[in-house]
Amino acid sequence: MELLKHSEEENEESLKHFEEKIERGDSIEPRDTMPEAYRKHLIRQMSQHAHSEVIGMQPEGNWITRAPSLRARQILLAKIQDEGGHGLYLYSATETLGISRDEMIAQLHAGKAKYSNIFNYPALTWADIGAIGWLVDGAAIVNQVSLQRTSYGPYSRAMVRICKEESFHQRQGYEIMTKMIRGTSEQQQMAQDAMNRWWWPSLMMFGPHDSESPHTGDAFRWRIKRHSNDELRQKFIDKTVQQAEVIGLTIPDEDLKWNEEKGHYDHGPIDWDEFYRVITGNGPCNRQRIAHHKKVHDDGAWVRIAAAAYRERIKKQNDNQ
Amino acid sequence: MTEKEALFSYCLRLGDDALIHSYRLSEWCRNAPMLEEDLALTNFALDLTGRARALLTYAGEIEGKGRTEDDLAYRREERHYFNNLICELPKGDFATTIVRLLFTATQEHLFYSELTHSQDGTLAAIAAKTVKEAQYHMVHASDWVRRLGLGTEESHERLERAIDELCPYTGEMFETDKVVAVLQDKNIAVDNAAIRSNWKTYIEDILREVGVMVPGSQHMQTGGRKGIHTEYMGHILTEMQYLQRTYPDATW
Repeated sequence: MELLKHSEEENEESLKHFEEKIERGDSIEPRDTMPEAYRKHLIRQMSQHAHSEVIGMQPEGNWITRAPSLRARQILLAKIQDEGGHGLYLYSATETLGISRDEMIAQLHAGKAKYSNIFNYPALTWADIGAIGWLVDGAAIVNQVSLQRTSYGPYSRAMVRICKEESFHQRQGYEIMTKMIRGTSEQQQMAQDAMNRWWWPSLMMFGPHDSESPHTGDAFRWRIKRHSNDELRQKFIDKTVQQAEVIGLTIPDEDLKWNEEKGHYDHGPIDWDEFYRVITGNGPCNRQRIAHHKKVHDDGAWVRIAAAAYRERIKKQNDNQ
Repeated sequence: MTEKEALFSYCLRLGDDALIHSYRLSEWCRNAPMLEEDLALTNFALDLTGRARALLTYAGEIEGKGRTEDDLAYRREERHYFNNLICELPKGDFATTIVRLLFTATQEHLFYSELTHSQDGTLAAIAAKTVKEAQYHMVHASDWVRRLGLGTEESHERLERAIDELCPYTGEMFETDKVVAVLQDKNIAVDNAAIRSNWKTYIEDILREVGVMVPGSQHMQTGGRKGIHTEYMGHILTEMQYLQRTYPDATW
């Protein structure tokens, strides 16, 4: 992308203009001047979001060929296809900040760009497909609804579209859990086991406590982030506990109880050692997820090269006509 | 063979083609060379799964024994699946998948166009929906045949290899037998042999366009319509039927 060159004075003027826009709650668009740190922050956050969508296709993809009914196969395929589509919008939205998809993928493979920690856990039974849809997508929605009002225009618009599809994902996950809990005793056990394994990692999706991650930072000042980690986590817990009760699943937290005074659920301590262990590369599937992505990318290189060569050939033909 | 028995077999055959090919296409989900193509191949897998559902549901109705689409998809023995062998061959590399799609979608486009005239209203309605999907699959596969055929030396070679490997499995798509004959008498089934020359013309034209030798006449593999499969089929069923077989009393 060609960057517009400004004199120092003009720069100062347009930065002032940027701050004013943020203050008014206007959205920032790709051609607007923005501080380099704002651009970098967005690239990091948005590419991480895009990678999460794409890496998230792997645990669910593990069950496509074993989906237990044709309807289940269709729903799962459609859902994973949506995730791929979200990845695509987000890569495109991030490209408006002056980085290419190839560069973002190279950063992912080099370990410089991250993806959501949750996808470093394995999908072991069919109930995990339910738990991922219900809990993981449920947690993602809470975060993404908040991001619909984020200050960068292309990101906020992508979120509006994505949120519509995510609520379908959450419903399909909840439907799987409901069917299993009403099914045979083996199905009930599978559902509760999936709940037990996915509950705590889902809470960790919102990141460290606010006390560990102060929200006085740039992300708040620039209105990229609009709610704190703990606020969003609490919102997720409050809505999910009720959903679990309705179908008779037990939340694996002995300390979980309604706090009348606060009007929220209190929950037990989160195992942050586990969080940091997984985030630093030692989760059950970290290595497999990146290795898989890299292998698919490398195996497909000849196809991309052929497509580019063909495009070039057609262009030359047209130029010669 | 009664008309009802023939119609049941006919629907199973077409349903199984869609069921098994969609399984192979679904293996590309999260594994395609680029995200755009991941979405496209998943879309085709979805189209074919939808077609399988319609055809197997109808097969169950004709049979009249209360079997649902899932009973038919998940609870049969290997010898009672009747898809063409080309559907079950391993997914292979991207060229293999594209060539298989070109061969089958071109045949399906011709076949389902004819089937829209079937005297059987349900089949005609399924055909009307399918013909649009098949055309789209055919166009997509053709575009990729051009990219691979005229792209690089490697892609050209891979395309040639895929054509060479899959050609012996194309004859089965045009076979005819008692089932087809019984239904053709009633103007229900399509004359498979009659669409072969149009299929051949389309395939030869596009291969010539990208400079690939069109294979001459050769021995054609057969068996799918009689339930005699390749060694790959058992593995598909093992995986596909895993939950249904492990928990026979469960509903999902």
